Amino acid sequence: MMKKTFVAVMTVALFLIATPLTYGLSEAFKDSVYNPGQLKPIDSQLKVKVGEPAPDFTLPSLSGEKITLSSFRDNKNVVLSFVPAAWTPVCSDQWPGYNIVKDIFDQNDAVLLGITVDNIPTLYSWVREMGQLWFPVLSDFWPHGAVADAYGLLRSDGVTERALLFIDKKGILRHAHVSDINVRPPMQVIVTELEKMNQTP
Amino acid sequence: MLKLMSTLILLFFSCTFAFAVDVAPPKEGESLPEMLLPAIEDAGVQKYLGVSGSGPFSVNDIQGEVVIIQIFSMYCPHCQADAPFVNELYKKIQNSSQIREKIKLLGVGAGNSNLEVDIFRQKYKVSFPLFEDERFVIHKQVGEVRTPYFIAAKKNSEGAWIVFYSKLGGIKNADSFLKTIRQLSGL
Repeated sequence: MMKKTFVAVMTVALFLIATPLTYGLSEAFKDSVYNPGQLKPIDSQLKVKVGEPAPDFTLPSLSGEKITLSSFRDNKNVVLSFVPAAWTPVCSDQWPGYNIVKDIFDQNDAVLLGITVDNIPTLYSWVREMGQLWFPVLSDFWPHGAVADAYGLLRSDGVTERALLFIDKKGILRHAHVSDINVRPPMQVIVTELEKMNQTP
Repeated sequence: MLKLMSTLILLFFSCTFAFAVDVAPPKEGESLPEMLLPAIEDAGVQKYLGVSGSGPFSVNDIQGEVVIIQIFSMYCPHCQADAPFVNELYKKIQNSSQIREKIKLLGVGAGNSNLEVDIFRQKYKVSFPLFEDERFVIHKQVGEVRTPYFIAAKKNSEGAWIVFYSKLGGIKNADSFLKTIRQLSGL
């Protein structure tokens, strides 16, 4: 009995050690990033299904231009990167990485659209801190998180999940990767899914 | 009751141990943490660091008098901006017959997978060794520092690496950084 308890307790302890509670935050953000601590990994239910059309939307972007998902139909594969909120640790440590892989998107005839529920002025300041991004950043601020909600990615506290959605040239959802909000999704997901989408149009 | 008490005591110590992994960044004068780096397949890199490719190796196995470790991430804008200067530093070291064999430079990608490290390597044409640290193991050993972060250590007479430089921020200027390293290490 004691042995079983010992094993159980040590398993819990080892799990705590092995669980990544950290992130490699860049010095670029210094102390301007708010740390919300550990959050419930996933707090919503997907409303979209792989193999079905992705809900269309039009959202304002940071450049002032309005972006419509269906405008890429028959022309480009689309990756939507939903991140929970501006000025939070993992999000600030995600898009700057995408900023150096434009060639991977180009090779797979794809565009990347970044989306958060923040308003444009907040996104403006945050993106400036990251430097110039090559991809459009869209604001799903008003009606609050309506696009995120249509996809089933709006959490109960009004921010979104950390999710990557892969939509092909026909507007069909090919893959949805909803990660633990506390963890950055691996780049491998993007590379693998882009190649799959590009190889089987 | 005794069993319950024992369980609670065990749980307390286990959790203390679990959170005791929080460590401070290496300080000047201290030994470098015993970092375990992934196996190297490239013969040129093996030769550069003086290690065999038989499996993961300890930082203590690296041959040289001084080791400079760059903690970076492909997701970090300052690391991206600093990459050309770090490349220049490596070039300056390799171009000097005086220090080429003595100063070794390597990078550790905090939270970066092999693919992510490869992306950084290719994007910035990095020719010194970069290693993945996908599970943040080394990053935790060096106190979960922000990136970029540079640690430099010198081998003492007993063969242990003693830290003499440990700072947050990019090197920004290869000449002045190398000058600092040479002054502090006496090389």
